Amino acid sequence: MGGPTEDDGGTEAAVTDATALSDRDAALVEELLAGSHRALARVITRIENRSPGYRGIVAALHGHTGGADVIGITGSPGAGKSTLVDKLAAAYRDRGDTVGVVAVDPSSPYTGGAVLGDRIRMGSNVGDMDVFFRSMSARGQLGGLSMATADAVKALDAFGKDVVIIETVGAGQNEVDVVRTADTVAVLVQPGSGDDIQTLKAGILEIGDVFVVNKADMDGAERTLAELEEMVHRRESPTKGLDTGHHGFEVPDHPDDGADEASADGEADDAPVWTPEVLRTVANTGDGVAALIDAFDAHASHLRESGEIQATKRQRYAEEIRTLVRSDVGALATDEIERRGGIDDLADAVRRRETDPYSVAAEIVAPIAACVESGDR
Amino acid sequence: MSAEQEERAIRCLVAKVGLDGHDRGAHVIARAFRDAGFEVVYSGLHRAPDDIVQAAVQEDVDVLGISILSGAHNTLVPKVIEGLKSYDAFEDTLILVGGIIPDDDEAELKKLGVAEVFGPGTPMEETVEFIRKNVPERA
Repeated sequence: MGGPTEDDGGTEAAVTDATALSDRDAALVEELLAGSHRALARVITRIENRSPGYRGIVAALHGHTGGADVIGITGSPGAGKSTLVDKLAAAYRDRGDTVGVVAVDPSSPYTGGAVLGDRIRMGSNVGDMDVFFRSMSARGQLGGLSMATADAVKALDAFGKDVVIIETVGAGQNEVDVVRTADTVAVLVQPGSGDDIQTLKAGILEIGDVFVVNKADMDGAERTLAELEEMVHRRESPTKGLDTGHHGFEVPDHPDDGADEASADGEADDAPVWTPEVLRTVANTGDGVAALIDAFDAHASHLRESGEIQATKRQRYAEEIRTLVRSDVGALATDEIERRGGIDDLADAVRRRETDPYSVAAEIVAPIAACVESGDR
Repeated sequence: MSAEQEERAIRCLVAKVGLDGHDRGAHVIARAFRDAGFEVVYSGLHRAPDDIVQAAVQEDVDVLGISILSGAHNTLVPKVIEGLKSYDAFEDTLILVGGIIPDDDEAELKKLGVAEVFGPGTPMEETVEFIRKNVPERA
């Protein structure tokens, strides 16, 4: 970025000039930074489409990010995520914060089409342009969604939003990756979902910083609260319990896993540890929303004071770099496959026993490996 | 060879404006669009023109389909179009109206910038085909 401008090009030199910024895109970035809603919307579209030049745009925006608190909200379908996000956004607006929302919905694996319905619930914020709500569909392949979400969050952050909320169904690894791009993660559970908690345990429940029993006016809320409380405290015990020899069957393979975050960061082991909070809300009426925002604030200041924020951010950017590099090297390999007659011909050769998959792969990677090993470009 | 596959999808906003509680048609359309591979944002019922404009701008949709069965299209549609213009979003948004619209009004709406009006009984494929052909080219 900032260098001499390269016009949209994007063909031969796509990889090396990936972050070049055309004059038109530079103007788009300027407009976004100046507060144009349309420019912001258009940038997110470019990110979603991976249209030529989008990397330059995101690269140019990166320097302007870091001002927003990023909150992820996840939970099973029907738990009340959209309604809660609506009320949260309104509460943030009441205290003068501007809000961005990225709501992710699944798309059809057959047609790629999607109905993005989260917007229907945004009743408290219609007409308020300081709540920027954007629906995204889970397009594309592995890793792409979390990348696109993270980039869209950057656009909202650079635009100057004080709070950015990511909303997604907590269904699989994809969604877990998405919500992980947030600094603070809230997991929504509805009453009477005892079995759900069991199934969630392995994935989603591990990433929650705050647990919320929504629809807390319904039957079974108390029990769900109690179960979550128990789970949260059991989660602490694998490390704590080691001294006393008192632990359940959840002993991790590596007993010091729990201390990882603190020591990896070079922080003293007595750095404050965050114990997930368990809260209750009734999103329909807005009950408990204020307490939830307090919990988000508390977690944000915990991250800052303990220094954990650096570790989380480092981890996140490391993952971003890895994903990008993997996809770019993958693209190089795809080009190489084309040059060697295309994947179908290669596969046919394997089928006829003229060669084997390992040899083909080695031949394709050889020129790329040679470049890497020669080291001096 | 481009390093990355561009993944473009046609984005549509299906909108219900004003005091009109009949959304069966909008639901059917939303589903048909989804099955055609479009990404569909549904506004929900009883939206004010400003809400529709906000949604269309923020979601950066290629297509805005307004469903009106209340007869108030002559007041509501111009307001939406004005709003889009104020955000510089009118030029490259394909605006469609669905509902029961008298011929005279249809001509008037088209003069304002509505691309097409689809009345009752329009085959779904016709609407989808129209969108595929006329969706605005964007960089």
